[in-house]
Amino acid sequence: MLRGVLGKTFRLVGYTIQYGCIAHCAFEYVGGVVMTCWLLCRVELILELPAYYESSSKLEEHLLDFLSFKPAQMIYILKGFQLKFKNCLSFSVLDHQWSLQFKIQILFLQKILVDIFMVSKGKFCHRGDIVIAKSPSDPKSNICKRVIGLEGDKILSSSPSVFFKSHSYVPTGHVWLEGDNLQNSTDSRYYGPVPYGLIRGRIFFKIWPLSDFGFLRDSPNGHRFSDD
Amino acid sequence: MALSQGWMKRYFKAFCKGFFVAVPVAVTFLDRVACVARVEGASMQPSLNPGGSQSSDVVLLNHWKVRNFEVQRGDIVSLVSPKNPEQKIIKRVIALEGDIVKTMGHKNRYVKVPRGHIWVEGDHHGHSFDSNSFGPVSLGLLHGHATHILWPPERWQKLESVLPPERLPIQSEEDCLHGSP
Repeated sequence: MLRGVLGKTFRLVGYTIQYGCIAHCAFEYVGGVVMTCWLLCRVELILELPAYYESSSKLEEHLLDFLSFKPAQMIYILKGFQLKFKNCLSFSVLDHQWSLQFKIQILFLQKILVDIFMVSKGKFCHRGDIVIAKSPSDPKSNICKRVIGLEGDKILSSSPSVFFKSHSYVPTGHVWLEGDNLQNSTDSRYYGPVPYGLIRGRIFFKIWPLSDFGFLRDSPNGHRFSDD
Repeated sequence: MALSQGWMKRYFKAFCKGFFVAVPVAVTFLDRVACVARVEGASMQPSLNPGGSQSSDVVLLNHWKVRNFEVQRGDIVSLVSPKNPEQKIIKRVIALEGDIVKTMGHKNRYVKVPRGHIWVEGDHHGHSFDSNSFGPVSLGLLHGHATHILWPPERWQKLESVLPPERLPIQSEEDCLHGSP
C-alpha cells in the first residue's frame, strides 16, 4: 500500500521533471508563444520634488526632456510588465546628473489589449525583424522592438524632442532597436545600442487578435533604415 | 533471427527512452543550475590562471545564484561579451548600478553606472578587455557566478569575493540617496 503510493509519487515527480526539462529546452532553443499585454488607461502624474530644485525653470527643462513623448493627463498606453506595481508606477530619470522621481497613478482602466505572437529562438537577426530582448535597464523585463540597424550601420540617433539631427554608428556586437510608434517608445534613442547577447528571439507570426492573424507587416518607418 | 531482431528492437526502444530523458534534463541542469568552464587568457591573473599560458583553470559556474540578477561587488562572474555574442568573458564586479567609479583608461575619468548595469574589470589591469574599454555592462548579459576552481587539483579552492580596496566605488548608491547630489 505504502509502497504503491511512494512509487506513484516518485513516478509523478519524475515525469514532472522530465517534461519540465523538455519544455525548457523547447522554449530556450526552438521557440514558443509570447503574450504582450497593453493597458489603455487614464493616468495622473504625481511629482516628488527633491529639495535642490529651487528654481522651477530647471525642473521644467528636465520634465520637458522626459515628458515630450509621454504626455500626462491623457489617454496613455503602458506596457503590461509594469502592472506589478498595481496602481502606482514609478519612473526615475537617471540620464541626468540629478535624479528626478515621479509616480504615475492609473485613474481608471479603459481596456486591456492582448497580443499573442509566435517566436523563433536565435540570436541573429536582420534589419526590419521584430525581436524580443531583455531590457538593458531592467534585466527581468522584456522589450519588443524592431531592428533598425546592425553593427557598423549609420543611424539617426536623435530623439523626437530634439531639433538637431545627430548620426552615430552602431558599435560591434550591438544592434539598434526602435519601436514602430516613434512618438511613444523608449528605445535605443534613449538607452543607446543594445548588445546582441540580450536578444532572445524573433517574432514572426501574430496569433491574437484574430483580425491581424498572419505574418507581421513591414515597418511603417522605412525611412529610418540606414542605406549602408 | 526473429529472436535477435526482438532483442535489437527492445534495445533501441530503451535507448530512445533514456535519450529523451537524459538529454533535456542534462541541458536544463547545465543551463539553470551549474556548469563547468575552462578559463583562457591572462586577464584574471593572479586569481585565475596564475601560471600564464601553460596552465588553464577549470571553474564551476553557478547559474542558480544569479537567476535574479543579484551580484555583489567583488564577485567573479561570467558574462556574454558585449562585443561578440559567441564569446563568454570572466571578470570581477567592481561597481553596481548607481555607483560612481574612477576608471582606468576609459574615455571619461569618472563614470556613473546606469540603472540595470554593472562595472566589471579583470584583475590583471592593462591586460584585460573589460568595462574600461566597453563601458558598463547590462545585467541581462550575466551568465554565471564563478564559485570554485575545480582543476588542476592542487588549486582546488573556493573563489572569495574580494574587492581591491583601491577599486572601491567613490560614491555608492546608498550614499547617493541620502547625500546631496
